[in-house]
Amino acid sequence: MRTNSTVQPRVSRFISALGAFVLAFGVLALGTPAHADVVNAELPFKISGNVQNKGVGIPAVSISMTGPAGFVATVLTDADGKYTVGVPEKLADYTVTVDEMTLPDGVAVIDNPATEFVEASVQTVTVGPGGRTTMNFFIGQGERKTTSIFDQVVQRLISGINFGLMLALASVGLSLIYGTTGISNFAHAELVTFGAVATYGLVALMGGDLLWLAIILALVLSAALGWGQDAALWAPLRRRGMGLVQLMIVSIGLSLGVRYLYQFFIGGSTEQLPGSDAERFALFGSVTLSAIDIASMSISVILIMLFALWLNRSKVGKATRAISDNPGLAASSGIDVDGVVRIVWIIGSVLAGFSGILWAYFRPGIRWDMGGQILLLIFAATTLGGLGTAYGALVGSLIVGILVESSSLVIPSDLKYVGALVVLIGILLFRPQGILGRKERVG
Amino acid sequence: MDILGIFLSSASFILAPTTIAYALATLGLALHFGYGGLLNMGMAGFMALGAYGYAIGVLTFGLPWYFAAFVGIAASIVFALILGIPTLRLRGDYLAIVTIAAAEIVRLMLLSSAFGGVTGSADGLSGFNGPGGTVTNPTVGAGGFNEGNPIPEGVYGFVPFLDNERTWYLRIVGILILAIAIFVVWRLVNSPWGRVIKGIREDEDAVRSLGKNVFAYKLQVLIIGGVLGALGGLMLAFATNVNSSVYVTSLTFFLWTALLLGGAATVFGPLAGSIIFWVLQAFLGLLFPALASVGLMPFTTIQAAQIKFIIVGFALVLLVVFRPQGLFGNKKELTFVK
Repeated sequence: MRTNSTVQPRVSRFISALGAFVLAFGVLALGTPAHADVVNAELPFKISGNVQNKGVGIPAVSISMTGPAGFVATVLTDADGKYTVGVPEKLADYTVTVDEMTLPDGVAVIDNPATEFVEASVQTVTVGPGGRTTMNFFIGQGERKTTSIFDQVVQRLISGINFGLMLALASVGLSLIYGTTGISNFAHAELVTFGAVATYGLVALMGGDLLWLAIILALVLSAALGWGQDAALWAPLRRRGMGLVQLMIVSIGLSLGVRYLYQFFIGGSTEQLPGSDAERFALFGSVTLSAIDIASMSISVILIMLFALWLNRSKVGKATRAISDNPGLAASSGIDVDGVVRIVWIIGSVLAGFSGILWAYFRPGIRWDMGGQILLLIFAATTLGGLGTAYGALVGSLIVGILVESSSLVIPSDLKYVGALVVLIGILLFRPQGILGRKERVG
Repeated sequence: MDILGIFLSSASFILAPTTIAYALATLGLALHFGYGGLLNMGMAGFMALGAYGYAIGVLTFGLPWYFAAFVGIAASIVFALILGIPTLRLRGDYLAIVTIAAAEIVRLMLLSSAFGGVTGSADGLSGFNGPGGTVTNPTVGAGGFNEGNPIPEGVYGFVPFLDNERTWYLRIVGILILAIAIFVVWRLVNSPWGRVIKGIREDEDAVRSLGKNVFAYKLQVLIIGGVLGALGGLMLAFATNVNSSVYVTSLTFFLWTALLLGGAATVFGPLAGSIIFWVLQAFLGLLFPALASVGLMPFTTIQAAQIKFIIVGFALVLLVVFRPQGLFGNKKELTFVK
């Protein structure tokens, strides 16, 4: 193996980008698309891409291109919907046009689901300093319709609340675990992924009709995982009196190991749960919702209410809060700290597992690193609300969810997570105890 | 199955450019964590800034490669200042979360199509190393790193270090940078300055009561370690294209694994840890698929190639639990980790 080419295979393995679309970009960047129909291959710079309908390339679509100094080119996509055009200059703008007459009947160029910036059939692309750029077109049913600002805001709010509730399920678990044990558990993301992967595996085993049973069994498995994780790893480490920093690094190692274990079993591709392509129905204007969205939101609310009831009313819930407050005092007043922490791990894992199932529908799709994609958002939500406070995690999650979803109205949507991360840093700087936290928890 | 070939390929990682890049960044982490007690989980961000600063300096501003390299280093210093001034007051695990978030912000910005004209977005950047440059785009780039290559064309060395003039040039430059970096860090940590930062690591308040400006010392540690990270990023950029998908959180975690493997509070530990990490990675990454392909393992070769990452994760867990001081460290140096 030549040493200076060794970074390349690593690149493709480590991609944990924002989903399959970006993955496709990365692959294009690494290996030039071998099958693309190529025009002007002798020119030094390249514009390439594909035309696809729900991930399936559309062949024989005519794409024309104009550029500086009267550059004109026309290319037909190949059997996989790919095309490549050589262009004469870099650091220049080119106009890329899909001839919609060459598309199959009844479809048109639609929004690009990943960037949302790319809209119509006529696009301007800039060939940057690297000399290559990618322009993909996404094709879908029917005509494009315009959406009013109000409708967009409402749509974003609804999807923000949906996303926020899903985050909340993961965050309250993380927050409780932090509150009772002090661990900043980076492996929480893997508990999120586990719920989705287990459901996927069980559906594959039992068939899509028994989805509800698969979900319940997946949650039971999540509970077992939480119990087992504490029994086998965290409880012994607690007994050794291991420091918080070391515990954090242990959780990082665990996260890495388990994450690649998922990839080992399900591979690097994105898989779908049954029902993920459910019909969306119009609410008003152009605001749409799917049955999955409604089910996801209502189950989240019910679960969070049950959880709040448990935390407030039950004996174990009260003990949990006591330990969060002052573990030493709780232990000396006769609370079985280890037992309660075990229950916290179980509940945290179940909630995280369920949020993983919802995340699989929200993204949509199951991937080995899907939990890792929202780990920092979960941390942001937990910190925003106040580390170690369960209700804080709920409030923080809703804020982060709405912020992430609505920020793409103003900033490019591939930067939508940045807003939440900036909030995370800001909150740690100015109010490290979070919105609902109390000051003495810190430091 | 070619066992000898696997051994030789793995051995070639002993002095590979990526190994040197890891060693530089891990040395930065050793200064941050092992000597300064700073829990930096955002080293990937420093590396990304070093690599992209250099690439953008060449491609967008048309600078000669040595000036562009300084752009990368300067970017990492600015990043350290922006990150450090507000956050160094935070407790350890909070600092970890802030640095990991900051590194992700850097990566997402580099990935975003909003700045695609400069950063190359998801395609990354290539062709900045000049003639004889990267595989995909050899012609582009003004006065790149490769133009400084004094070695005549040809293949030199002996197996497993049988390489062309470009790889040797890269390797020699890398070893020089690494040797200087290790020497500087060794002198620093054994100087009065080094004693102060180790004091801060053990007990911040005690050092403050001696009249030292703890904050300024921590900021200096963050900057110097960050520059080492940027040098690591530069090495990666000298070697190949830059792409934001390299500078992910996992990269930081791999650096931590290499660091804890060699020993956090040691000068040579980072180098030893990086070499062991990469040689083992290469060895397992070749051995398992080879075993799978001859039917000695019941997996597909793709699955077999994943096993090494699983091992890295669980090795990190075992290291922290059973040998937190690393292979070459002294346990007494790590009493500050609480």
